[in-house]
Amino acid sequence: MVDAINLALKQEMKRDKNVILLGEDVGKEGGVFRVTAGLQKLYGKDRVYDTPLSENGIVGTSIGMAVRGLRPVAEIQFSGFVYPAFQQIVSHASRIRNRSRGRFNCPLVIRMPYSGGIRALEHHSESMESLFMHIPGLKVVIPSNPYDAKGLLTSAIRDDDPVIFMEPKRVYRAIKNEVPEDDYTIPIGKAKVVKEGNNVTIIAYGAMLREAQKAIDAVEKENVSCELIDLRTIKPMDNETIFNSVKKTGRCVIVHEGPRTGGVGAEIIARINDHMLLELEAPVERVTGFDTVFPYFQNENHYLPEEHRIVNAIKKVVEF
Amino acid sequence: MSYIEKNDPRNGKVFRVLDKDGKVVNKSAEPKLKKEDLFKLYEYMILTRVADEKAIKLQRSGRMGTFAQSSGQEAQVGIALAMKKEDWLFPSFREHGAMMLRGMPPELFYMVFMGNEEGNRMPENVNNFTVSVPVGSQALHAVGSAWASKIKKEKDCTVGFFGDGATSEGDFHEAMNFAGVFNVPCVLVCQNNQYAISLPVKNQTATDTIAEKAYAYGFDGVKVDGNDVLGLYVIAREALEKARKGNGPTLIEAFTYRMGPHTSADDPTIYREDKEVKKWKEYDPIERFRKYLLKKKYWNKKYEEKVLKWAEQKVDDAVKKAESTKLGIDDMFKYMYKEMPDELKDQLNYLKSMKTSKGEGE
Ligand SMILES: Cc1ncc(C[n+]2csc(CCOP(=O)(O)OP(=O)(O)O)c2C)c(N)n1
Ligand SMILES: [Mg+2]
Repeated sequence: MVDAINLALKQEMKRDKNVILLGEDVGKEGGVFRVTAGLQKLYGKDRVYDTPLSENGIVGTSIGMAVRGLRPVAEIQFSGFVYPAFQQIVSHASRIRNRSRGRFNCPLVIRMPYSGGIRALEHHSESMESLFMHIPGLKVVIPSNPYDAKGLLTSAIRDDDPVIFMEPKRVYRAIKNEVPEDDYTIPIGKAKVVKEGNNVTIIAYGAMLREAQKAIDAVEKENVSCELIDLRTIKPMDNETIFNSVKKTGRCVIVHEGPRTGGVGAEIIARINDHMLLELEAPVERVTGFDTVFPYFQNENHYLPEEHRIVNAIKKVVEF
Repeated sequence: MSYIEKNDPRNGKVFRVLDKDGKVVNKSAEPKLKKEDLFKLYEYMILTRVADEKAIKLQRSGRMGTFAQSSGQEAQVGIALAMKKEDWLFPSFREHGAMMLRGMPPELFYMVFMGNEEGNRMPENVNNFTVSVPVGSQALHAVGSAWASKIKKEKDCTVGFFGDGATSEGDFHEAMNFAGVFNVPCVLVCQNNQYAISLPVKNQTATDTIAEKAYAYGFDGVKVDGNDVLGLYVIAREALEKARKGNGPTLIEAFTYRMGPHTSADDPTIYREDKEVKKWKEYDPIERFRKYLLKKKYWNKKYEEKVLKWAEQKVDDAVKKAESTKLGIDDMFKYMYKEMPDELKDQLNYLKSMKTSKGEGE
């Protein structure tokens, strides 16, 4: 996935001179995960900036640039360090179009690695995507594999509104699939049916796709047919794909790594209840992280939704 | 005139007691420390380095996670020695040397980087706060702690540590401003080790020094040779005395060098030259202090062996303790609140039942 994101950045920077990169250690070093490796060399120091260590500075100045017609792609080194920038994201980036009645807009992408499972230090493992989902005016995109990452990031850069682009660092190097060199986009706001099935709909995104897939492989041996949806974007959310699938299966399990309360799962369940409560054959299950601080790594496997917990939820829903 | 006042960084001054060969270059400033205090400084610098070296090995063999070493910055223990027991230390994540001198058991250092929260359980009688990973955030806590002393009319002071990179965060500037406005008994220490991961300090700030920033907030800043343990001791002691008298905060810039990688996950060859590292090696804080002790006839080979053995033993014991401290599932839940809400109890019970059904007892 690292290479796919790098390729998307490289191609978009070539296509549009207004695309610039900024963030901590993104230039000379090429980012702590090497996502921006080689780009400063290729496009020069006036397009790829190593900034001072200030997240609010990075996002705040990016807003000013975006308003003036640049297309900044800002990197926050880890999603756990985005909080100083909340001021600028919540109070400005998300509101500029609305506040100025369309006179100004904010074509800004804020990239950040998120998710656990890499034995990291405190604040390096959280999945707090629902915080962004709650903010009106943002788009929140979370790819699960390299192919999608490239197409979605390309769309995000071309989008005229601010996009939070969260990269599951657990699969940064773990998942490899074909990533074409050619210019393609994947629409923001559309989910993907990864695999069709009849008995139960499994909804996941980002790093959890792989866990969901493992669980599905396990239950399909016992003849439970699963439909797997990759949300790809959590805001705006693709109701249509979710509803069509759940209409067919009548059963649903949602998997996410972030804390349970107020998570993406809660939102999906509310939407299903709003639109199709009576078509459900069983209550919708959520397999999630807990309402605890993400533990230091000795305990992180307890926190993360693992295959066993997902299998258990699928069975519960199917056997209801 | 105090050494702080005499060394206005805006005039290009850098304070030191020892030069790189351990020679006293500032005779009047040489502290009259007892022999055992000088030994303590030396021993804790050695302990810090031995602890780091052990950690590198553990990390490479998978027994420890990503960790931040303080190699080259061991002279920080000078600041710790200048503090009183009742004073408070608010560290970032590269201050285990100073923390150990103040009584932190070394196993806590290992536990944090072995992914065990128990490493943050500071003993009741040790006034060290926990490590802070979000860069610069702890500077505000340090100022708040000092403010608390003032409000409660207690005589202790607070020392807050952070790096050169931290000075770009809003938190740093807010901390400085509050410290100045409320004239709190705080000493803010910037460990300027020349880098924030890959970014050299000259690209971090457009000022010549970090110390001079203090003047914009209405108090003194001083740039100290951060590899001179005695220099740091003298300035920290003076800044603490000043704070204790109610004369307000001080910013100390410890001008030093990060000899190792940023963390064990970092590859510094991408962004810095080997010859720069070699040059700084000549300024090694431990070598320098050893030469000073030698000149005073306090150091000899036998003493060195004794210190090394002591440090290695301490480190081995610490690693044993750290590796034998295990966590249960409950540990993830039980410190969230004073009392566990029902919804969390439900989640804990669910997780336990999942582990049991998977055949993993606790
Ligand atoms: C708010 C925040 N942003 C980013 C990071 C990632 N990070 C960890 S340490 C570091 C560099 C810190 O540099 P400095 O303050 O000079 O301290 P040093 O590591 O040199 O001791 C960065 C960018 C972080 N921990 N917190
Ligand atoms: Mg630094």
